[in-house]
Amino acid sequence: MNDYRGIFADGLWRNNAVFAQMLALCPLMAVTSSATNGLGMGLATTAVLLAANVIISSLRHLIAQEVRIPVFILLIAALVTLADMVINAWLHELYKVLGLFIPLIVANCAVLGRAEAFASRQPVLASAADGLAMGLGLTLAMVVIGACREILGSATLFSQASLLLGDGFAFLETTLIQDYKGFLLMVLPPGGFLVLGFLLAGKRVLEQRRERVKSAAAGPVDSPAH
Amino acid sequence: MKTVARSMGTSALILASFAILGAGLVAVTHIGTQDRIAAAQQAALEANLNALVPEERYDNRVAEDRLDVVAPEWLGTDQPVPFYRARQAGQPVALFATPVAPDGYSGSIHLLIGVYADGTLAGVRVLAHRETPGLGDVIEERRSPWILSFTGKSLTNPPPERWKVKKDGGVFDQFTGATVTPRAVVGAVRRFLEYVQIHHERLFAPTAASAPESDLTSNSVDLIEPRKRGEDP
Repeated sequence: MNDYRGIFADGLWRNNAVFAQMLALCPLMAVTSSATNGLGMGLATTAVLLAANVIISSLRHLIAQEVRIPVFILLIAALVTLADMVINAWLHELYKVLGLFIPLIVANCAVLGRAEAFASRQPVLASAADGLAMGLGLTLAMVVIGACREILGSATLFSQASLLLGDGFAFLETTLIQDYKGFLLMVLPPGGFLVLGFLLAGKRVLEQRRERVKSAAAGPVDSPAH
Repeated sequence: MKTVARSMGTSALILASFAILGAGLVAVTHIGTQDRIAAAQQAALEANLNALVPEERYDNRVAEDRLDVVAPEWLGTDQPVPFYRARQAGQPVALFATPVAPDGYSGSIHLLIGVYADGTLAGVRVLAHRETPGLGDVIEERRSPWILSFTGKSLTNPPPERWKVKKDGGVFDQFTGATVTPRAVVGAVRRFLEYVQIHHERLFAPTAASAPESDLTSNSVDLIEPRKRGEDP
């Protein structure tokens, strides 16, 4: 199956949960005030997405059509509660930063969306790949938006990364400008909308340019040369 | 008709079994993680306390020497506030509590205050708040040293009437663009110190081991509020 390439291309770029499907905006705005927060939330969501997809796909023949949505929600809510307790127990420092937001994963439409659109119809392995790809795409979006807001808002990058990844990753923590007074708007939720808007516009421009290059390349074939 | 009823029954059965499965999973994980979570919370609390009072100054298990106090007028919350006592050989060294400044700019500010038996502050830290990022969050230790300015202060240094931000004629700095936040914190710390002063004997009582007749060292003792506070600035 070379389909997996397509699944990953979908998850990371073409059908990215944030940049293409516009899902998951609620947790996105809440946590992406720094790149580290975005990364932590993204990874936690990826774990939930992967587990939800695998479980739902392997039970897809047992779940009756009529009750599939409540069953999905039940399973996802249970998984998020598990993630919440596991992070609290083993990554307590991170929990103090992210704890408030982990229950938000339940409200992340991307998880339910993948369960409904993909995992309930596809075999287990493909569903696992889809969960992973969508999750990584979401993580990418959260880290990029978090990084933009952090750089503009407080002139740091990956601050407190050692809380998330362990002391070995303390080198990621950079302060770009000493004694930066801060750009409040970027740290507050409106900053999230602004950055998302600019990134979406950027993605559209990129795609349109690619289209134009493609059609320009195809052009000479269509119109016979004189 | 019959088939509809049957499919309804099947659906209900499926939904019920998934609900049981989900609840079971959560219950098992809860049992598996609760000890670790409690241990992690305790470690986090001790790390916080040790930042205020050095570990070598006491020898008891602070997290277990706990007294819950309800005094909304003084501690800023209707909920019981845990007081932890640090002791050296049974003698009280310091007291920690987590009162609330209820009048922050956007809601309550949760504080951790440590005070030595002689009434001087071992230090103040902010545990949780929702103040404006970039303006009010300067009360966090990692953002500015402001909160450290409480260390070593007491009700006689500065005198009570100067326990205010500079704008109100006191000695504590306010921040550019944010006066409400530091005012709330200063007020909460002062009220806490006053409360500790009034109840000094009971709060700093020796341990049950050295004074077995005392019932104050048992958990969940409600201290009755002595008198209504006068006007609150």
